Amino acid sequence: MNVFITDALVINLEKETWHCRGCDAELGSARENYKSFLRVRPRNPQDIHAPIIDKDRYEFTFAPDPEWTRIVEYYCPHCARQMEAEYLPPGHPPAYDIELDIDALKAQWADREALTEPAIGPAFVPPQHHHRKGGE
Amino acid sequence: MTLDTNQPQSGETPETGDEGVSEFLRDTSLFLAPDPLIMNNHGVEDRTPLEEESLAAEKDPARLEIVRERLLAGANESFDMLESMGAAPGAKWGDCVSAIFTASGDLSLASTGGVVIFCNLVQYPIKFINKYWTNEPTVGVREGDAFLVNDARYGQAHNTDQSMMMPVFWEGKLVAWVGATVHEGENGAIEPGGMPSMAEQVWDEGLKMSPFRVAENYTLRRDIVTFLQNSVREPKLQYADMKVKMFTCRRLEQRMHEAISEFGLEAVVACLRSNLEDTDVEVRKRLKEWPDGTVRHSWWTDGTLRENAMIKINLALTKRGDRLIFDYRGSSPEFTNRSNNSLDITLKGMLAQLFLTYIWPDLPRNQGVLAPIEFIFDERSIIKPDFGTPNAQSMMSVFTSWSVAQVCVMKYLYSVPDKYTRVIAPWFNMINTFLFGGVTQHGEMVGNVCADINGMGGGALADRDGQHSCAPIFATMADLGEQEFMEEEMPFVQLVSKKLMKDNQGFGRQRGGMGYQMILALRDSPVWGFMLTAIGSKFPNVPGLFGGYGCPTYPLCRISNVDVFEAMQSDPSQFRYSIEELMNERPFAEGKYSTHPMFMPYSLAERGELYMIAQGTGGGFGDPLERDPEEVMRDYQEDLVSEDVAWRIYRVVFDPETRIVDEEATRSARDEARKQRLDESMSFEDYCADYVTETPPANLPYYGSWEDPAMVYAGSPDRYYPAGQVNPPVVMPNPLEVKIARLERELAEARQG
Repeated sequence: MNVFITDALVINLEKETWHCRGCDAELGSARENYKSFLRVRPRNPQDIHAPIIDKDRYEFTFAPDPEWTRIVEYYCPHCARQMEAEYLPPGHPPAYDIELDIDALKAQWADREALTEPAIGPAFVPPQHHHRKGGE
Repeated sequence: MTLDTNQPQSGETPETGDEGVSEFLRDTSLFLAPDPLIMNNHGVEDRTPLEEESLAAEKDPARLEIVRERLLAGANESFDMLESMGAAPGAKWGDCVSAIFTASGDLSLASTGGVVIFCNLVQYPIKFINKYWTNEPTVGVREGDAFLVNDARYGQAHNTDQSMMMPVFWEGKLVAWVGATVHEGENGAIEPGGMPSMAEQVWDEGLKMSPFRVAENYTLRRDIVTFLQNSVREPKLQYADMKVKMFTCRRLEQRMHEAISEFGLEAVVACLRSNLEDTDVEVRKRLKEWPDGTVRHSWWTDGTLRENAMIKINLALTKRGDRLIFDYRGSSPEFTNRSNNSLDITLKGMLAQLFLTYIWPDLPRNQGVLAPIEFIFDERSIIKPDFGTPNAQSMMSVFTSWSVAQVCVMKYLYSVPDKYTRVIAPWFNMINTFLFGGVTQHGEMVGNVCADINGMGGGALADRDGQHSCAPIFATMADLGEQEFMEEEMPFVQLVSKKLMKDNQGFGRQRGGMGYQMILALRDSPVWGFMLTAIGSKFPNVPGLFGGYGCPTYPLCRISNVDVFEAMQSDPSQFRYSIEELMNERPFAEGKYSTHPMFMPYSLAERGELYMIAQGTGGGFGDPLERDPEEVMRDYQEDLVSEDVAWRIYRVVFDPETRIVDEEATRSARDEARKQRLDESMSFEDYCADYVTETPPANLPYYGSWEDPAMVYAGSPDRYYPAGQVNPPVVMPNPLEVKIARLERELAEARQG
């Protein structure tokens, strides 16, 4: 059974493995940090958030300061889907962000039906349009 | 550092068991500071005998629901009164709330609109009043009394808010409390507007109202009102809104009395109590559906509002069964002479808002939502500072702490099959708006904040883009206000207002809701000034989610030495309608163009000079290379993204004239970008070996933990202490002295040749 843990990552409960949701490639043990199975690219933040005003003239330009900010991108090693974009001070260790109790997860899903797609939640139903406060 | 989940994580300290000793201590206390027994308990009080009797007598959930709806109608009616009559700008656009509390002080029912955090925190001053004033011969609690509080340390979000509380009696017995809170703004602090960045001591923060009685027999005491009016810059506002809040409380009291008359006291008391208990039970049930484990996320605020500094908020969120534990240890130590510290109760109140708005919006709005949730903080940290540490700008750290929690919760929520709302990328979270103070064109002295604070961009969802400049994180139903209405009362004009800023986007498969630009200038006033109280000019304020990017950074842009009104009179074609064009094209030949961080102390303005900022964007969701090219074209058509972003971020190949996408070329460009990703990336192991360092960079003024949450830095690699034990504590130098020292050093070097 597959459990959709994030928009990009799936855990296969029988195999206890992380998988890419994009290409279904098996990444590694679900009992370990999924990041250790991904490709990692540190980015100058200004390559993403480029200056909007002239960087030769102004100190602050709407672009993060590379001395203060590094964006670390994580990709599926097979299909290169971007799974996380982590913002860190330069040199800061990446977070072990998702550490799940796999035994508890298996027990929890033993009574649940498998999903073929992630459950994204209730649909938004706009209220009927009116111009009277508290009206019908 | 590990978390022992076998132990309850509460900060409660037991009162002495010896009643004689307790009585002696009560009678000889020289100062009634906030009571740790009250302040450290965010849970629900034990049932009172009346609640026991009422719950035993009233068991029909359908009848209790009818009572609940009746009381909620009263709460909503009173909220409408508050919003319609309130004099403070904050009240006019929904930065207020009204609510009903149990006799013990627990928040049982908040109005549907308004700011939940406000009333969540009013439990604390009510409990203080119950404990210390009820039997105090010089005070007492009687029918027709009203009490006021603004000191955050006794239970408020920050000192700029004022809450009024009124006991509800029935046949001589206290059966409930009602309350109304407004973000009043002005409070007599060292800077106008109620949120002073310059406050270095708690005494710089203006009014310090511990809970005290301001009305008897439903009548405000004019001696007290006069004292308060003399303590602030807006004396009319102070009086007007005290009256408004009292009438709001009276309407709630009236509706309570009517409900008791119709349904009986036991039904109303049982309703208020079961609201809390049912919510607690339901939250535990829903938590069981989340996966067990620990989710971690950190973020950094990049300033104190006086200087840039890298300030860590660290969270490990552990979920086991029906328990959820927020462990914020490893966050930055407190700044003892800066106002960017937040009280832990403020953060708890904000997290109630997170759950009641973004996770379970179907639940009744009361404090039972936090009853199953536990918290751990380092003492003397930026989110649990000492009593004497300023906290007037708590929003700097509490909003960031909230966003860190939002990310963690979403990582739990994604896999849960039954959701009550959707997973969402972080909402923009910072106060990108102007505060102001001075004398208006009508001769009134004022000090307050622009409604643009409410224009934060929404986060993206799995299948939908975020909403532009939508609502603040603390009040999803707040209003942006009418700029023209503001200009009738205030002497400044927003020449560009609510125009979305191109490329100010949280990129992703679904993009974040974008923020608008504000370009304003003073027009007619003998003395007027602006201030800014936001961060995020070097390090962004929010990330994206699951591969999406966060917001960019935001500066203050200024053009001085120009009177834009004269310039528009003489040659209107000079003006440009965006920050980008004004700053890059420099249309005013004599103008002086500059950029600054998003914090600016109160500064006097000249007529016609331009102040320019942008509201922030919510985070993006998912890989930007998967964004539908047609969606990119829609944004391009609406001037929300440039050709550069359409290519550099989204890799869409199109004809700029027709906006027709070359699908094959786009597919090929995206494949090439993916190949480039793999070519330019490395293994996680190599990344950690090559890029991760033992300590923060020496050139970064860094505060908080690095890898080990048990140890924190206090500004430099050589100031490294066990968390909660930073000694000497963090004391920041005066930025002006720092600047003078630098200039003197440069002067000396220049003189030496």
